Amino acid sequence: MMTAFDAGLGVLLVLAAVRVVATSDVRAAASGFLAYGMILALAWVRLESVDVALTEIAVGSGLTTIVILRAIAHVPSPPSSSTAGAKAAVGLLCACVTLGLSAVILGLPEPASSIAADVAMNMPATGLGNPITGVLMVFRALDTVLETIVVLLALIGVWALVPQERLAGRPATPGTGRSPEPVVFLARALVPIGLVVGAYQVWAGADVPGGKFQGAAVLAAMGLLLMMAGIVKAPAATDVKLRALLLVGPILFLAVGIAGWPLAGSFLGYPPGFEKPVIIVVEIASTISIGLALVMLVLGPPGRASS
Amino acid sequence: MTGSIILALAGAGLVGLGLYGVIMRENALHRILAFNVLGGGIFIVFGFAARRGAGAGFAADPVPQALVITGIVVAFSATALATAIVVRLAAARDEEHADARSAKDEG
Amino acid sequence: MPDLASLVTVPALLASVFFFIAGSVGLVRMPDTLTRIHALTKADNIALGLLVVALLPQVGSIADAAKIVAVWIVVQISSGAAAQLMGEVALAERDAASSGPDQRGMAGGRDA
Repeated sequence: MMTAFDAGLGVLLVLAAVRVVATSDVRAAASGFLAYGMILALAWVRLESVDVALTEIAVGSGLTTIVILRAIAHVPSPPSSSTAGAKAAVGLLCACVTLGLSAVILGLPEPASSIAADVAMNMPATGLGNPITGVLMVFRALDTVLETIVVLLALIGVWALVPQERLAGRPATPGTGRSPEPVVFLARALVPIGLVVGAYQVWAGADVPGGKFQGAAVLAAMGLLLMMAGIVKAPAATDVKLRALLLVGPILFLAVGIAGWPLAGSFLGYPPGFEKPVIIVVEIASTISIGLALVMLVLGPPGRASS
Repeated sequence: MTGSIILALAGAGLVGLGLYGVIMRENALHRILAFNVLGGGIFIVFGFAARRGAGAGFAADPVPQALVITGIVVAFSATALATAIVVRLAAARDEEHADARSAKDEG
Repeated sequence: MPDLASLVTVPALLASVFFFIAGSVGLVRMPDTLTRIHALTKADNIALGLLVVALLPQVGSIADAAKIVAVWIVVQISSGAAAQLMGEVALAERDAASSGPDQRGMAGGRDA
């Protein structure tokens, strides 16, 4: 029964991807991508990866589609120039890639390699209940530090695309001018609920699926909604407060990491007995920084509307 | 477990489809979308590896799951940066055209 | 094993699926954007409500039931507002199309 469900899900997933790739209308491809992301998240639930499903639906599907939709009006489509021969050749190449990958999937060695046992053995030392948060914050903490810095670097890259004097301007919020009535209603009705849900995801992420990335994405969406409704103004890239909050997560994470040398004997080692409180403080600071970085990445470079 | 294999094979299909879009689509934003389809497929195949690694009381190996979460956020950051560059390039091209036109009018 | 919970769940689930299919058929078959939104939102609202009714007898605790109802409320708020937004854009596009083609681009650009 569940196999039939998975088969249906797989077919739907491929059909959604065909829709994204095969249409020649970018707007249709973007809305197709949103549907693709929803189905992909369901596939993640079926793969027993609820944490990934939450991230996919908020960041991979939701935020990505907004960024693309906002850009479509500014980017002209060149006319199609590919010949039938080129299409067939590239189609054949891609089919070979898919078939090769399928052969690898079907021929994976038994027993499957896994480090789940190592994680299970060391989890009690972290004081956390959610093994994925354990991996992100303890066993592979270096990846997570670098990731928060990568998000920041991407934002710096986006800001670097405009001349210095325009950087002080506020970025344009999605939509044009007057905020439509339903958006104002959404901001009033949904934002209080969303703030609670986002904060809960960060807090509960220590023990059940959730965490700073999922929570930050929900909080970022609420921030964007407030800006679209005209209730909150988008901050300028030169705003000192904004820059301080963008930095607080990575700096605190790095500071804890360096303090790990004297206190726990290694970089990113947590002081014994205080693992959970330290991790939660770092998680909260990272949520603020990542959430704001996501908002600013969606808003894009400042002063685009005036160009 | 059979269901997970089906989803992994669908993931392999996504990789091929995404690759086709990255090569063949003319609009740069469309290519970025196709690239994300490709990435989603790779993540799913990795997720299948996590599901195979179930054990020690976990329904799926938590290490690949954590890496995929990191990957999704990095992919979004790259997408936002790429999109901003594409928009900036289009604006630069417009400015060039406008300059060329005004130069012609003066001459 | 027919028990009291299944007596509620099975018919509600079947009815829910029927309305979801009806809404999807409406989305594909209706002639223009406004009637499509109409078909989709009306049918899907009933279908989602029936789905909640179907799931409630199956949950183990009050907290789980409350979560399902909370999800239902959030979907009601957001789908209602989204439908309203799409309807406004569709109306603006229709008016622009009847008054002159040069204004069409402006209405189309609003969805960002």
